[in-house]
Amino acid sequence: MLHPAYVELARSRFLTLLAYRENFWTGIAVYIVYIGAYHFLWQAIYEGREALGGLTPAQMTSYLAVAWMARAFYFNHLDREIAAEIRDGRVAIELIRPYNYLAAKLAAALGEGVFRLVFFALPGMAVACALFPVRLPPAQVWPAFFLALFLSYWVNALVNVLTGLAAFFLLDNSGLMHARRVLVDLFSGLYLPLSFYPAWAREVLGFLPFQAIAYLPNLAFAGGLRGGALARALAVQALWIGVLALAAAALWRVAHRRLAVQGG
Amino acid sequence: MGRALMTEEIVVEAVGLTKEFRKFRSRPGLAGAFADLFARRYQVVRAVDRVDLVVRRGEMVGYLGPNGAGKSTTIRLLAGILVPTSGLLRVNGMVPWRERERFARTIGVVFGQRSQLWYDLAVRESFRLLQRIYRVPEEDFRRQYGFLAEALDLDPLLEVPVRHLSLGQRMRCELAAALLHDPPLLFLDEPTIGLDVVAKRRIRAFLRELNRRRGVTVLLTTHDLGDIEALCERAVILDRGRVIFDGPLAELRSGPGGSLEEVVHAIYQGQLQHGGGERGAASGLR
Repeated sequence: MLHPAYVELARSRFLTLLAYRENFWTGIAVYIVYIGAYHFLWQAIYEGREALGGLTPAQMTSYLAVAWMARAFYFNHLDREIAAEIRDGRVAIELIRPYNYLAAKLAAALGEGVFRLVFFALPGMAVACALFPVRLPPAQVWPAFFLALFLSYWVNALVNVLTGLAAFFLLDNSGLMHARRVLVDLFSGLYLPLSFYPAWAREVLGFLPFQAIAYLPNLAFAGGLRGGALARALAVQALWIGVLALAAAALWRVAHRRLAVQGG
Repeated sequence: MGRALMTEEIVVEAVGLTKEFRKFRSRPGLAGAFADLFARRYQVVRAVDRVDLVVRRGEMVGYLGPNGAGKSTTIRLLAGILVPTSGLLRVNGMVPWRERERFARTIGVVFGQRSQLWYDLAVRESFRLLQRIYRVPEEDFRRQYGFLAEALDLDPLLEVPVRHLSLGQRMRCELAAALLHDPPLLFLDEPTIGLDVVAKRRIRAFLRELNRRRGVTVLLTTHDLGDIEALCERAVILDRGRVIFDGPLAELRSGPGGSLEEVVHAIYQGQLQHGGGERGAASGLR
């Protein structure tokens, strides 16, 4: 159901960010530094070895480059936005409008995601390819990769929504939001592929949504997911989107009852 | 007159409307903070306490009360922003919070202390965004905007970014934003707060026109008795969440003290006995 209000919210977020697009150039520079640092670190770790954790050095560099640039796309501050709106009462304005609050937040964040893809992730990826030996996957992998990337946006956004809604139940959820960022980056496989984690940790992470944010799409890009494994990865992402969306809707229903708009 | 027609005229109907908030009470000192980690203590605050209220189509009702009396909370309940703890509530034939998205199309809301415009966008773009959010057909939008632009003199403001508007200009735009989808019911929460005399008069004149010519039902809270005198024939006074007066403004004016301000002051101070309270349908001074 593509309600025009949601399209409009996505569009207006995109246009608002367009006015501030210079802010994202520094972001590209910072991410390139990260990719470079990890690239050289991994070169030292490989020490001429053919493969580690199932990845060749070239695959590893490709994984790192796409991991950071994918993050440039799916990353957003939905949790902070929601928590701030609840705390200072701006949520009241959202609740006089004829749309679903969470859907409206997700739509605006998707507008931001598209902006980040066009003005941050794609140019950033071009720079990364020019500077480091990134191997782009064969043509037939691209559709699946972009599908996985699109799904990873929703998994991450819904995790953010849940963290933001915690503001209803905690006196201060800033610690939780900070923990969310660190945990997502660590457990999603941004710093290193999950195949490097010990077996027991992989087992545990397999039951968590974070792998569906970065590890699965990035592995697809680096050429580490083929055929049935790819289909399974997409199914895992879709499953997490369903579970997290149901949880967010349920939490919002409880939260609305407890809402206390201060002031006035 | 048929019963169906009678009920159709009722726009707002609240019976025993109650809203309680749970407030966290911290214990004093370091030991107290530590104890709070394990067992939090809450205090239940009743912001709106068994309020009965009926508003009929075409009425303009002033909602008064000292700070913290529960006026804004009542408006937020009626607008579907908050979910009542108990009581019955029907507005425009719907339960506001339960059918919130459908219900939202039938009301306009203005908060004097909060903006519903997009801070970074020009006024024109905020209006366009609202048109799409409320799915107002182009022709209806033009007609309604034409009416609002003339009454509120909006045209010179259209290209101005919202952040550059003066408070008076912004309030005119806020009113327009709340009315672009032509709702039959308008809630105003302190719409004239902080405005100068000229801006106040202009907004009052607009609200009168909106009510008389367009038949829009208006419920407004204010601390400015001038608003009430200029606009309302009926006032409802709230104190500590309870309705302590509900009746014609004339009745308030004729109370001891002579002026509206004296009488309202006396009621706020608890120096005047009034009807209502436990006996339900509230009316009249004693």
